[in-house]
Parts: sequence; C-alpha cells; structure tokens
Amino acid sequence: MGIWYYLQFGFAQHALEAAFLVAASCGLIGPFVISRSMAFAVHGTSELAFTGAVGGLLVANNPLAGALIGALVVAGLIAGLGQRTSERDATIGVILAAGLGLGVFLLGFYHGYASEALNILFGNIFGVSTGQLVLLAGIALAVAVVMAAMWRPLLFASVDPDVARARGVRTGLLGLIFLFVLAVTVTEAAQIVGTLLVLSLAITPAAAAQRLSANPFTVTVLSVALAVVSAEGGLLLSFQFASVRPSVLIVAFSFGFYLVARAVGPALATRRRAAFGRVSA
Amino acid sequence: MVELRQAAVTLGGRTLWDQLDLTLARGEFLAVLGPNGVGKTTLLKVLLGLVPLSAGTVRVNGEPPRRGNPTLGYIPQQQAFDRQLPIRARDLVRFGVDGHRWGVGLRSGTARRRVREVMDAVGATAYADAPVGLLSGGEQQRLRIAQALLGDPTVLLCDEPLLALDLASQQAVTRLIDERRRSAGTPVVFVTHEVNPVLPYVDRILYLVRGKWAIGPPPEILTSARLTDLYGIAVDVIKVRDRYIVVSADDELATEPGGHAHHGPGHRH
Repeated sequence: MGIWYYLQFGFAQHALEAAFLVAASCGLIGPFVISRSMAFAVHGTSELAFTGAVGGLLVANNPLAGALIGALVVAGLIAGLGQRTSERDATIGVILAAGLGLGVFLLGFYHGYASEALNILFGNIFGVSTGQLVLLAGIALAVAVVMAAMWRPLLFASVDPDVARARGVRTGLLGLIFLFVLAVTVTEAAQIVGTLLVLSLAITPAAAAQRLSANPFTVTVLSVALAVVSAEGGLLLSFQFASVRPSVLIVAFSFGFYLVARAVGPALATRRRAAFGRVSA
Repeated sequence: MVELRQAAVTLGGRTLWDQLDLTLARGEFLAVLGPNGVGKTTLLKVLLGLVPLSAGTVRVNGEPPRRGNPTLGYIPQQQAFDRQLPIRARDLVRFGVDGHRWGVGLRSGTARRRVREVMDAVGATAYADAPVGLLSGGEQQRLRIAQALLGDPTVLLCDEPLLALDLASQQAVTRLIDERRRSAGTPVVFVTHEVNPVLPYVDRILYLVRGKWAIGPPPEILTSARLTDLYGIAVDVIKVRDRYIVVSADDELATEPGGHAHHGPGHRH
C-alpha cells in the first residue's frame, strides 16, 4: 500500500488539492511576513485558530468556519490594540494568551470527539470535505487577487516605509489589509500542517528563497514553489510511510530546502558580486 | 514653487512654529537648521501633504499640498537595511517610477531604461544588482537621489541625507543634489543638523528654535547676536576658516548645527 494505492481515493486527492491551495497562499505571503517582521503574528494567529475552531465546533460543528471567523477577530484586535510596530509583539502575546485560555475554557463544553479540536493543533489534511475544499479554493483565490493588487505598494511600504509615505502610499491601510490576509491564510494553513507548524509553510520557504535571490519577484516565485513542493512532497511521502503524520514530513521538506539554500546561497551571492565587480560585501 | 504664508503647525497641542513666511526661488538651496524636535522634518511633511497646517497657507507649485504629489522628490536619511532583504539597488530606484501604484508592476522596457539612465547619472550602475542590505551608506544615498530624480521633481526635499555618511560620501551626495538644482533649477529644502558640509551650496538658512525662526543668507543668520536672540541664551558663533562653530555654556546645544564646542569643529554626528 504505497502512494499509488492511496491516490485512487477521494480523501487523498482532496488532501493534495487542499495542500496545494494552502501552500501557495503561504508561499505568497511569506516574503512579506519576513520583511515586515511578522513571524510572531503568524504564530499568534495560527495558535488562536485553535480557539476559533473550538468555538466553531460548539456553535455549528464547523471548526474551519469558526477558525476563519476567529482569525478575522484576532487580526482586528491586533490592528486595533497594537497600532505601532513597537507594541505589536506585546499585543499579540497578550491576545494569544487570553485567546488560548478562552479556547481551553470552550473545550470544556465540547463533548464530542475531542481529537476533532486537537486536530487543528497538528493538522488534519485527510478530513477535507468537498465543501471545505471549495471554501479553501475561494480563500486562496481571494488571497492571490488581493496580494497581486497590492504587491508593488506593499513591497514599497514594507522595505521603505518613510519614502513610500512621502510618495503617497497608504502604508497604514496596506498593513491592515495584509494583516487580514495573513490571518486568513494562516488559519487555512492550520488545517493542513496544524497551528503548531504553520511557520514551516509561511516562513521557511520564503526564508530559503531569500538566500537564493535578491530579486523580489524571483523570491516570491521561489517561495511559492518551495512551499508547494514541501506540502505536496510531504503529503505524498506520508502515503508511503503511513505511520508518520504528513505535517512532520512537510516540515522536513521545507526545513531541508532551507538548509540547502543556506548552504548554496553564499556561493550564489559571491558569483553575483563578482559579476558586477564588487569586492566589498 | 514653494510658498508659505503665516504658516503654523501644531502637533499634540504644541505649536512647533508659526507665522512662517517662506518663498523658495528657482534653484535655491535652503538649509533648515535647528535643535531636535523643533519641526524641521515636519516642514517637509507639510509640503508632502502628510501634516496639515494649523494656520496660514502653503502652496506647492501653486496648489495646496497633496499626498503623493509626483512633482516632489524626497530623499531621506540612510537606513540600515537587513542583509537578507530581497531588494536590489535597481528595485529600490524603480520604486521612484511606480512603487506607489497598485498591481504587480510588470516588466516595462521604458521603466527599465529610465532606471538605468538615472542610476548611470548618479554613478550607481556598478552595483545595480547588489542587494541594498550590502550597500554602504554613501552608495545607498546615491540610489535615493536616483529614486527621487526619476519623478523629474520640481522641488527636492531632503531629510538629513548626509547623516552617518563619511566625509567623501557627504561631498559626493551633496554635489549630486547641487548638480540637479543647477541643471534643472530645482529648489532644494535640505533639513540638517550640521550646516558645514553643505555650506558652500547654501543660499539661505531657515533656523528654527522652539517656535521662533529666522531666515536669511548664512553670514546673516550664523551670528552670535541672531542665535542668542533665537535661543534666548548666550550663544557664540565662531568662524574657523570655512566652518561655523556654535558655542554655548548650555548643554542644550549638544545637537547643534555647525559642530559643538564640547566636541570640537571636526565632530560629525
């Protein structure tokens, strides 16, 4: 019973499709997460997907919808309470602690199958229904459209905020939109790799890509590609090694890419510098 | 090009300056001096349409300031970019063409040619593909000038562009800015806390001190009498060769233009 055996089943195909959608969205936002120093925001919103999921389970027996609504609430709270970048991390920490407490409290009222809620912590890619797949596709499409629309000014605002403001870029508004995009993407990803390992799709591929190129467009394409290959590769491998959770294999893939990128990155950079006659770093 | 009449700015209940009258002439180099927190940068923000006046009027090219006015070139102080930041020198300059527009910014031959030309003009071609995080402050500031020149600005607004640069880079950057105003008649508003590096180019000084201000050519403003009047405490201005040194018993002048007695004339911030 290997890869080909499992691929005949609907759940396996759904899993591969869901993994693609989630990984592509994560890879797309990854470079901005790094340049805007929002790794902790990713971590915070992904863990709070747990609270939202429990709430969704309790109210409508729908953890994904609950997690998505929870993500929007969390993004709104982060934006509202942490106006300045300097206070953002502290704000996320506070919201994270309070939110997780609420999640554990809510879990006490849930008398169903407890692993349903715990799945969101570690990811449950094999339970994706057709309806959820359609929802994931809609979200991935929306994320792609929004990111494409604001890619250039968001890049400007992320690397050079003062000049961007001087040029009339609404840096605050873009930051807010990105925060919501991030929250939704991360919550979606929590379905696949679990909230605890979301960073492996939202940060690691982008961090690897940055080691390989300094061209912002190339980095984005590489980041998406590495995230997708990690997610699909990890998933396919988990069909072969059924005793290992797919999220573990996904992390193994993306971390492997990162290590390779770190190893070959300096050589690439040296060649680039040599090509343009720069001696100093 | 730039005109302020009886202009005042109040931020957080505090009036930074008021009754300011200022008209920039074609090709004029105006240095804006003064201690920290007197509203030097705020003056630039007013012109950029980011901060409103609390009284008076301001006109930029005959119109009220507006956000994203493409006729203004803005050159900030150098900053520490992360070494891994995936932005090359040419990408930073390219923001000057279309960084503020929505969309992805597809490859455009025209944009690329203009970026190449302007990078050539400031001598930045050699490191066009280098990540900005690996550039020196002087190299980075050349890119800033290229970025600002891309919009073919009618006014150049510079906010401490020489800060933390070595002497050679300070001169190179100032020369580039000076070249632009000579060739195109673009007036320059140059916020700085040290006047000496730009002194050869300065036509007039706007000196702001806690709500008070004075404007005029350097020899008129940089005198013991004028600065004593502005600060309200005894201030001596000493001229050593081509440099002005502002001296006071009061430590308040620690961030003063023109060097400080405690540090000696060679001091650079």
